[in-house]
Amino acid sequence: MADALIIGEVSDGAPASATLEGIAAARALGVDQVAVLMPGADSASAASAAIAGGADIVYTVADGPAADGEFDALVDAAQAAVTLSGARYVIGAKTLTGRDVMPRLAFRLGTALASDCSAVSLDDSGRLIATRPVYGGNAEASVACLGSVAVASLRPKSVDALESDASRSGEVLPLEFEANVRTRVLERVEEAGEGVRLENARVVVSGGRGLGGPEPFDSLRELANMLGGAVGASRAACDAGWVPSGYQVGLTGKTVTPDLYIAVGISGASQHMAGCSNSRTLVAINKDAGANIFKEARFGVAGDWQKVLPAFMEQLHELMG
Amino acid sequence: MTLHIVVTAKQVLDPETPLSAFNVADNAVSTAGNIPPVVNGYDEQAVEAALRIKEAHGDAKVTVLSCGTDFALDVIKKPLAMGADELVLLQDAAFENSIDPTMAVAALTAAIRKLGDVDIVISGRQASDWDNAQVPLGVAESLGWAVATIGRKVDVQDGTARVERVLPDGHETVEAPLPAVVTVSNELGTPRYPNMRGIMAARRVQPTVWTVADLDLDGTASPAFELVSLKKPERAVQTEMIAGDDDADAGRKLALRLREERVL
Ligand SMILES: Cc1cc2nc3c(=O)[nH]c(=O)nc-3n(C[C@H](O)[C@H](O)[C@H](O)COP(=O)(O)OP(=O)(O)OC[C@H]3O[C@@H](n4cnc5c(N)ncnc54)[C@H](O)[C@@H]3O)c2cc1C
Repeated sequence: MADALIIGEVSDGAPASATLEGIAAARALGVDQVAVLMPGADSASAASAAIAGGADIVYTVADGPAADGEFDALVDAAQAAVTLSGARYVIGAKTLTGRDVMPRLAFRLGTALASDCSAVSLDDSGRLIATRPVYGGNAEASVACLGSVAVASLRPKSVDALESDASRSGEVLPLEFEANVRTRVLERVEEAGEGVRLENARVVVSGGRGLGGPEPFDSLRELANMLGGAVGASRAACDAGWVPSGYQVGLTGKTVTPDLYIAVGISGASQHMAGCSNSRTLVAINKDAGANIFKEARFGVAGDWQKVLPAFMEQLHELMG
Repeated sequence: MTLHIVVTAKQVLDPETPLSAFNVADNAVSTAGNIPPVVNGYDEQAVEAALRIKEAHGDAKVTVLSCGTDFALDVIKKPLAMGADELVLLQDAAFENSIDPTMAVAALTAAIRKLGDVDIVISGRQASDWDNAQVPLGVAESLGWAVATIGRKVDVQDGTARVERVLPDGHETVEAPLPAVVTVSNELGTPRYPNMRGIMAARRVQPTVWTVADLDLDGTASPAFELVSLKKPERAVQTEMIAGDDDADAGRKLALRLREERVL
């Protein structure tokens, strides 16, 4: 039996960062026992890292459609894990998988999902209080979960994972359940670009509609290369076809938390900021001094990027020798 | 057999509303002035996806379902003007727009059951008000139908929906047996604009209105959430604007300032 269950994921043989964040969030609730479901071929080897990361029980699924990441089977696995654990609080993440699995799990459990939460806590009566951005981030809601089981998903990078503690011990249990797969994956095409991954980059240089076309992104790439970073974009730039959709930062794109985020020709719509506002230092270049991005940026230049950016890069070259 | 496509479409506050006109008070959101509501952007993409299937299929009917309390008819008729065939409004005080999707899921599920012969439901991936991204998934679970989400291309053939899904770094093709629920994303492309003929035709269509009394809502789950608070987020950033003799000079000063702050 556990009080909280994390619907986890395995990535490169280890618990996904969002899973470790979920475990930390559950521990912060102050509950006794935290279980985590970790389907994946490397489920067993990832289990010890999950325990070191704060879990007491790990449910493994090492083969079959759930281990392969089929959503239908993952929902079945998650439902079985909820039943087995008896958890009152079920926490997942707004990852590619969580976006599908968590709402479906919640409805199967007769409730709904508190999705994309920035924080979770308990009130005096033990109800889960979920805080989440709504209206694209223009408002923030707190809801109390009313059902006998509360289901929430966390926005990635909203909570810090716990310091890994190899001396922790826990239980590893293979999960048994019946998978009913209906939607099948026929083909997957990876289009990951070369260089630093956007999600992990320490520096992100993003461009928006203000760049006016695909060519200026070459300048952003040059700047990103100088700083060992990656290039991102607003949805407007992606929709225009200037860069692939994988570049999109924001509510419905990627969440990034670099040390430095440079936004060029981006107005700073709340849905864009939802993906980058936790960056350590945000810098904006925009010709409109009234643009919303200047309410969120630490440093701003109100000017034409065509003039600002080359001079910025030249000076940078000089500084970096 | 006519392919029956249902599109779910929500009327929402215009997400382009300037922040200065966006008000949050008494646990509710409102806009200043007379900014008209819009059809949720992703739901327009759902209409577009449905119309493309209809064009490819020939023998197909597109029914738009919208759940709410107050509808601006000229707004919610836009899918008809784009080319959808029918509009059913689920209109009742009980369907008040809430952060809790439970009632919307129940109403849409009941309406789809009542329509009876639905082959596929196409929805936008999320609504731009509560950003819940779960009503279509809830409907699929309630109906026990297959699901495919975040599509950029949807085809129907031989009793299956073939969906090209957007992935963070690529895409995948999945196949779901019908009946199925499919959600679509902006990568599908810009929805068509209604033409004059479409607008005129939409004017003549009277939407069907179903209230709670017309829907079998027995067994609807109890509320999932109680709204504790709703407020504008606090922004604690002190912005430093870097000026120079001209734009280029400001660019150079920006680099120097970032170095000074050890950001670079
Ligand atoms: C439900 C929903 C989800 C969304 N999800 C996302 C998301 O994940 N990510 C995202 O980015 N958006 C998202 N959006 C869209 C978002 O609301 C904005 O429409 C979008 O971010 C605008 O992109 P932009 O800033 O590039 O374009 P614009 O808002 O058009 O801004 C362009 C800016 O460029 C500036 N500019 C123009 N020329 C120059 C120049 N020469 N030099 C300097 N500056 C210049 C202009 O002053 C302007 O501020 C979402 C919207 C909705 C409704």
